[in-house]
Amino acid sequence: MSRDTTLVSADWAEKNLETPGVVFVEVDEDTSAYVTGHLPGAIKLDWKTDLQDQVRRDFVNKDQFAALLSERGIANDDTVVLYGGNNNWFAAYAYWYFALYGHHEVRLLDGGRKKWELDARPLTAETVSRPATQYVAQDPDHTIRAFRDEVVAAIGTKNLVDVRSPDEYAGRLLAPAHLPQEQAQRAGHVPTAISVPWSKAANEDGTFKSDQELREIYAAAGLDDSRETIAYCRIGERSSHTWFVLQELLGHRNVKNYDGSWTEYGSLVGVPVALGDEPGKE
Amino acid sequence: MTASTTAGCAAPDQAAPLPASLDLEKETVITGVVRDAAGEPVTGAYVRLLDSTDEFTAEVVTSPAGQFRFFAAPGTWRLRALSRHGNGDTVLTASRGVNEATVPVAVD
Repeated sequence: MSRDTTLVSADWAEKNLETPGVVFVEVDEDTSAYVTGHLPGAIKLDWKTDLQDQVRRDFVNKDQFAALLSERGIANDDTVVLYGGNNNWFAAYAYWYFALYGHHEVRLLDGGRKKWELDARPLTAETVSRPATQYVAQDPDHTIRAFRDEVVAAIGTKNLVDVRSPDEYAGRLLAPAHLPQEQAQRAGHVPTAISVPWSKAANEDGTFKSDQELREIYAAAGLDDSRETIAYCRIGERSSHTWFVLQELLGHRNVKNYDGSWTEYGSLVGVPVALGDEPGKE
Repeated sequence: MTASTTAGCAAPDQAAPLPASLDLEKETVITGVVRDAAGEPVTGAYVRLLDSTDEFTAEVVTSPAGQFRFFAAPGTWRLRALSRHGNGDTVLTASRGVNEATVPVAVD
């Protein structure tokens, strides 16, 4: 994997807004931004209502994913370009779904909505609809998804990368600082996890740093790329961003996203938890 | 009211009143307005909250009145605003309760 097959620039996107076979998709948790203005021709996916199972805590299964993409008019041979707010967190999460369900041509828009807006590129509030398709999803690729028992077993043996902010890692905050802090689960991190906030991988305009800068960041943090890696955050969206960096940009193998992340791990009974700025012991 | 803000990561409406359930004895709220060189509020600016080591902590987009709001912790923070009108910074020391700040932006 490399940038050529996983990422597109805002310039490329603006030139290809009307290219047949290229589908732009805005992905957000709160789609109110899409309603006020989106890339011309872009459809939307709502992380909460479209991409999550509405009963149990899990994301959409293979059949649900196929039905969703069919209804929204995405075909198996389309090139899907994902973008969104929050520095592409939920777009990266959706990218991970597309990878998990075997979509061939999927890209992230470098810089997402933020760079697009700061560059004053075109946005429109027009309603977009595409003719339905018969999308076929593949069986989920569990080589890129980690579950809780695997995370506990990885303590001290695999790379665990906590991509939340330093204060969340240390247990001083339970959630990103733009949200009220009323969550009830325990604070802290998985023992032996290194702290590499997702934001270290991004420039302030939301674009990804260069491959060389990215390699230096993870090497300096002590990531051993000969070992398997599990990335996690709070609900799995920021760690999708880091999963994208490690596997899709830097080409690491055996990188998994733990989508249960801290809201699951920090509520498990009896598992070890570390507090403070150091990774802690097994 | 704020139920939709608690489950995920989308920034809540930056102009909404503080939730009644918010305990200002415990919470450290950093709030304010981004203003351009003429003193006018800047809507749609991206405000980044950076900690005392300049590490990114959170980011929100300003309301139509240029407002932003963070739920942080006591300490020193840097607010960095990015906008089509330019960028700007301000540093503040926050304590529990509501802390107000203005972030000026100008073309670099």
